[in-house]
Amino acid sequence: MSILIDRNTRLIVQGITGRDGAFHTQQMVAYGTNVVAGVTPGKGGSQVHGVPVFDSVAEAVESTKANASVIYVPAPFAADAIHEAADAGLSLIVCITEGVPVRDTLGAYHKVLGARGPNNPLGRPRLVGPNCPGLITPGQSKVGILPGHICTPGPVGVVSKSGTLTYEVVKQLTDQGLGQTTCLGIGGDPVIGTDFIDALSLFEADPKTEAIVLMGEIGGNAEEQAAQFIKRHVSKPVVAFVAGQTAPAGKRMGHAGAIISGGTGTASEKMAAFEAAGVPVARIPSEIPGLVSELLQRRRARKKNGAKPVKAAAARPARKVAAANAPRRSAAKRSPAASPRKSAKKSAKKPVGKK
Amino acid sequence: MNLHEYQGKELFARYGLPVLPGQVAGTPEEARDVAASLGGTVVIKAQVQAGGRGKAGGVKLAHTPDEAFEKARDILALTIKGLPVRKVLVAEAADIAKEYYCAIVLDREKKAPLVMLSAEGGMDIEEVARTAPEKLVRFHIPQEGLRPYMARNLMRPLFADFKQAAQAADILLKLHRAFTDGDCSLTEINPLAVTTDGRVLALDAKVTLDDNAEFRHKDWDGWRDPADETPGERLAREKGLSYVKLDGDIGCIVNGAGLAMATMDLVKHYGGEPANFLDIGGSSNPEKVTAALKIITGDGSVRAILFNIFGGITRCDDVANGIVASLKTSPLQVPLVIRLTGTNEEKARQILKDFGLGATTSMDEAVRMVIEKAQEEGA
Repeated sequence: MSILIDRNTRLIVQGITGRDGAFHTQQMVAYGTNVVAGVTPGKGGSQVHGVPVFDSVAEAVESTKANASVIYVPAPFAADAIHEAADAGLSLIVCITEGVPVRDTLGAYHKVLGARGPNNPLGRPRLVGPNCPGLITPGQSKVGILPGHICTPGPVGVVSKSGTLTYEVVKQLTDQGLGQTTCLGIGGDPVIGTDFIDALSLFEADPKTEAIVLMGEIGGNAEEQAAQFIKRHVSKPVVAFVAGQTAPAGKRMGHAGAIISGGTGTASEKMAAFEAAGVPVARIPSEIPGLVSELLQRRRARKKNGAKPVKAAAARPARKVAAANAPRRSAAKRSPAASPRKSAKKSAKKPVGKK
Repeated sequence: MNLHEYQGKELFARYGLPVLPGQVAGTPEEARDVAASLGGTVVIKAQVQAGGRGKAGGVKLAHTPDEAFEKARDILALTIKGLPVRKVLVAEAADIAKEYYCAIVLDREKKAPLVMLSAEGGMDIEEVARTAPEKLVRFHIPQEGLRPYMARNLMRPLFADFKQAAQAADILLKLHRAFTDGDCSLTEINPLAVTTDGRVLALDAKVTLDDNAEFRHKDWDGWRDPADETPGERLAREKGLSYVKLDGDIGCIVNGAGLAMATMDLVKHYGGEPANFLDIGGSSNPEKVTAALKIITGDGSVRAILFNIFGGITRCDDVANGIVASLKTSPLQVPLVIRLTGTNEEKARQILKDFGLGATTSMDEAVRMVIEKAQEEGA
């Protein structure tokens, strides 16, 4: 199992004839992703690395029964590509493009949200990104630009705002024998389609995911929200990391969303929020694999001893939340905050390996 | 990009927001001329991007052109929160009866523009939000837009006089248009003032533009002030690199923003001080690497340089070629530590080896090494 993509993913590449689109199509095909079509208006009828190219997403979907799309089109046209993918009925839309104006992303976000219906139990369509590396389910499918060779199948779900930092940590996990269910880069823009809470819900519901690594960074309050959500709805062990502990206030650190403004969005606030929620925080990336394997061992020992998984009761609403995405946060608020096993959970999640 | 007040008011004026006539001046003489052409009492305001300008002596009234000359001279000699004042805005002065706060900011979490209003204007709004949150009205603008009735209903409770509330509502609608069409992530009027003769005016302007939208705004060109950038920052922007100068002595060149931040953090963790944030981006060609080295070596406080490259789209051999090409033309005066892993790592290692350079694969090891070298340099 995995989240969002697997062997059944039938992928369209929007912007397939561009430099990045063509290169990564080759990489994805080589990895084993089922790339069924490409789209570039005006280039219909041609082929890129053996993949047929269409003039529109609608035509590509009709001919190939595609169910997902990855977008490499330049920033001025990226939001339009998201709209087109949503209108064509695709269930997963991954926008790699960096530099999309926030106004355009907002429009695309609400378009995708509006396309979700009550008959769509998986919260589809779903937008990932923009400004993200995409996602990979090791051994099955990769959508985006993550290097495949650093990943290996296993029990850890990875979600991150970053690209290369994710590679760094995933490689360290793999080197320590900790494979991954799915690695998901949600992107570093101020407004993104899939956030930490969405990803946590999906990993919580995925039976093969046994532990989760969450990598955040300065700016906004998505990490604080995630910490609250974990406390209430995630039964699986989570290890957190926050980049930008040394970042100065008021300066954009590469990612459009990575800025400490008005004194909020600092790494220390986010780390404190995770710790307050009982989530161990790695001080440096190389602490992550150790924390994960320790928590995994404890979880497995507990299961072996026949003990009920901690927080099982509190975890139930999370699936419901994942199912109906729009009322997600209000549902989260209504559900009981404290689980009867809170103290047990706290001791289980005590930060370890702190320097 | 953050705009100066005078630039923000230019933007406001384009969208029909009521701002008082004024002009920016770089010298006391210019300030005198502007004051003379405006006539009457003027206000002279330091154009620096820092709060608390008034308290720092950066805002003064002048009743005559000669007084404007003197006040401008004094203000232009100031440094406010570390920022030297290079320009002043000379504008018509207003007789203020009451001050309000009015802003629109992007709410990342709710994915909507957020209107913030308060009858407690003119002061630090973060202070109001902290101490008296009930005095701050918050309203998320729906996806279909801000309707006039919404603006009226927001403003009416704040104003005793309906005419003033109607003026304020009109201002809010125009501010929203400026925010949206202008691709802003923040538009703030503080104070939004009611004058003694009953007019409602935007007496200040704080605007942040969404840099990602620059490609469709020719009108932004003139707003980038070269004097606001250090030479390193300018070179970084021209070459498409993200660079932020810090106070330490370890220069960091990294691919990817998250990894760049994590590298700085790791330097600090092992007892060093990062000199900068520098992200050379995804597909790093040798030219970008050369530019990055030029920026870092231009920072006099750097005692050792660290390359931390995780090859994905970035090819390690491209980076290695960039390093070698750069060192051939301008040899380094400080030690260099290179960490490379990922795409074409072996090729890169060979290129470096042929030039007499080594490289490690571990980020932790590289960071510890560079700190050691910096300390040796300092000793």
